[in-house]
Amino acid sequence: MADPIHQFIVEPIYPLSAGGIDLSYTNSSLWMTIAVVTSITLLTVGMRKKAMVPGRMQMASEMIYGFIANMIKENIGTRGMEYFPLVFTVFMIVFVGNMLGMIPWSFTYTSHLIVTASLALLIFLLVLVIGIFRHGTHFFHLFLPPGVPVWLLPLIIPIEIVSFLARPITLSVRLFANMMAGHLVLKVFAGFSVAMIGAFGTAGLFMGLVPAAFNVALIIFEFLIAFLQAYVFTILTCIYLKDTIEIGH
Amino acid sequence: MELEAAKLIAAALALIPIAGVGVGLGMIFASYNEAVGRNPTALELLEKKFFLTFALTEALAIFALVISLVILFG
Repeated sequence: MADPIHQFIVEPIYPLSAGGIDLSYTNSSLWMTIAVVTSITLLTVGMRKKAMVPGRMQMASEMIYGFIANMIKENIGTRGMEYFPLVFTVFMIVFVGNMLGMIPWSFTYTSHLIVTASLALLIFLLVLVIGIFRHGTHFFHLFLPPGVPVWLLPLIIPIEIVSFLARPITLSVRLFANMMAGHLVLKVFAGFSVAMIGAFGTAGLFMGLVPAAFNVALIIFEFLIAFLQAYVFTILTCIYLKDTIEIGH
Repeated sequence: MELEAAKLIAAALALIPIAGVGVGLGMIFASYNEAVGRNPTALELLEKKFFLTFALTEALAIFALVISLVILFG
């Protein structure tokens, strides 16, 4: 059976190193470049005509824009629109990465912990900086939920601090684990088909159709997960931003 | 050889939390269907919350799977 882990191996396409640091252009970087080019092309080409009756590409760009704008309005409020570029970029890089990963023989960069951890750390540090910049020392009221009795505070404050510090870990591991486990399961089931042909010969050709049919259902589910995880990642970004903006109300 | 066997047992044991996730997902599906059945106009409001809670709960099962895979291959 083929190794199901093989799809996650990062291979340098253009080896490069500067000052002892490996800066190679890898297949991971290649698919990130493709994701950036794809999203920029979709948005610029789609919105070039600005037609009253939108075409397919304009429809798609407007849908994504409306989707994110709605999410921000529902979760942060209208004044949260100043964070629209950040939230939109985060959504696009995760969503397009997940979707490009569904193309056969492609590389899913969101299935690597280092990629999702960098995104989650960026959001975590940004929330921290925005909070301290906006509220000063009042920022630490974040760990002091209003309406809690005084005798509970020694218990609540450590819990709040730990859950705040765990945010980047849960945010990154959730996305990484979902994408990695999903693609692993797809390849394992595809491997079952191959193994059946190897074990039973001609009869195995028909028996191999069973895992293949299961794989079709899994791929549909995997498309749902690809969208859902991008949605969850973005909505959690919105919730973290809201928590920081509305401290102590 | 014993280490290999212990690894396999540990990887299997690490998947026990999925039972709890199954119960949780069942409760989410049950209450979502009940709520929509009682008040079909609330579908749009509940749909987003349903998908969010579904994804958050399902992630816990995936965490267990990752721990299991790390024990198995790590």
